[in-house]
Amino acid sequence: MGLMSRMSTIFKSKVSAALDAAEDPRQTLDYSYERQMEMLQQVKRSLADAVTARKQIELQKVRLQGDIDKYQSEAEAALNAGREDLARQALERKAALVAQSGGLDGQIAELKAQEDKMEENARRLDTKIASFRAQKEVIKAQYTTAQAQVKMGEASTGLSEELADVGLSVQRAQDKTERMRARAQAIDELTDKGVLDDALAAPGDDPVDRELSRTKQAAQVEDDLQALKAKLGAGEQK
Amino acid sequence: MIARILHEGQYELPATALANLRKLDDELMERLTAGDGQGFTERRDALLALVRSEGRMLPDEVLRESDLVLPPADITLEEARALFTQHA
Repeated sequence: MGLMSRMSTIFKSKVSAALDAAEDPRQTLDYSYERQMEMLQQVKRSLADAVTARKQIELQKVRLQGDIDKYQSEAEAALNAGREDLARQALERKAALVAQSGGLDGQIAELKAQEDKMEENARRLDTKIASFRAQKEVIKAQYTTAQAQVKMGEASTGLSEELADVGLSVQRAQDKTERMRARAQAIDELTDKGVLDDALAAPGDDPVDRELSRTKQAAQVEDDLQALKAKLGAGEQK
Repeated sequence: MIARILHEGQYELPATALANLRKLDDELMERLTAGDGQGFTERRDALLALVRSEGRMLPDEVLRESDLVLPPADITLEEARALFTQHA
């Protein structure tokens, strides 16, 4: 079985479960209205969650920048005092924070995209509901009872599909927001303890990625150290 | 034929597109089974691109049942794998 047919089976079973809940076709509209309201609430909640998480991560980025600046000054002071070992340590911490900070930009962009998606969801759902209401009136006026039931069935299925789709979208968005929040919190806790390391590698990072980023960080530390030495040397020559 | 790309919308497709869709879907499953993340992403994008290029997007006010349901554009290999372990 392919992914397409598996996805279709799972999704359609969700839709028919939702439709079965409204046994009397005449109740479909009332029932759909309730579900629409619930769904819109969920969309709004999910939107608010994404905004909160984004603000939290933006704040975190500001704090990280503060720490980055602090380690940079510490390194400079250590080198001034002739302690290259301490300067190197401070620069290593700084490099780890710079790497984290870069990762946060991606998360902020992802949450922003999620917010747009939720707004789009709410808008599309509104259009579908309005269309469903209008069609119901037309169907009642133009068709015999038997025909009307078939037509109403089609419209109900179409609407239920939309509700199920938005439902899934909200669920996935919330899971994603939750994961980002947990990660943001973990970064906060570990930076407080000063033990930020690759325990926080981004999900999906493989060992090769991690090794590469470690190498990159080590190179950055060397560059920073040379830059500081050059700056100090230049100062002494004056 | 109506195909829904989850979280995106519905497309009306000519029935002739089905053979190509199935072919890409088979390749996608191969990559999924092999655990090849990059290959999975490529086939997934190709499959959805085919629906978008061959199909015509239905307007928002249209209410119709889908014949086919395709995964969302950002589905990961892990999420796709989970679809086969959960009960329908």
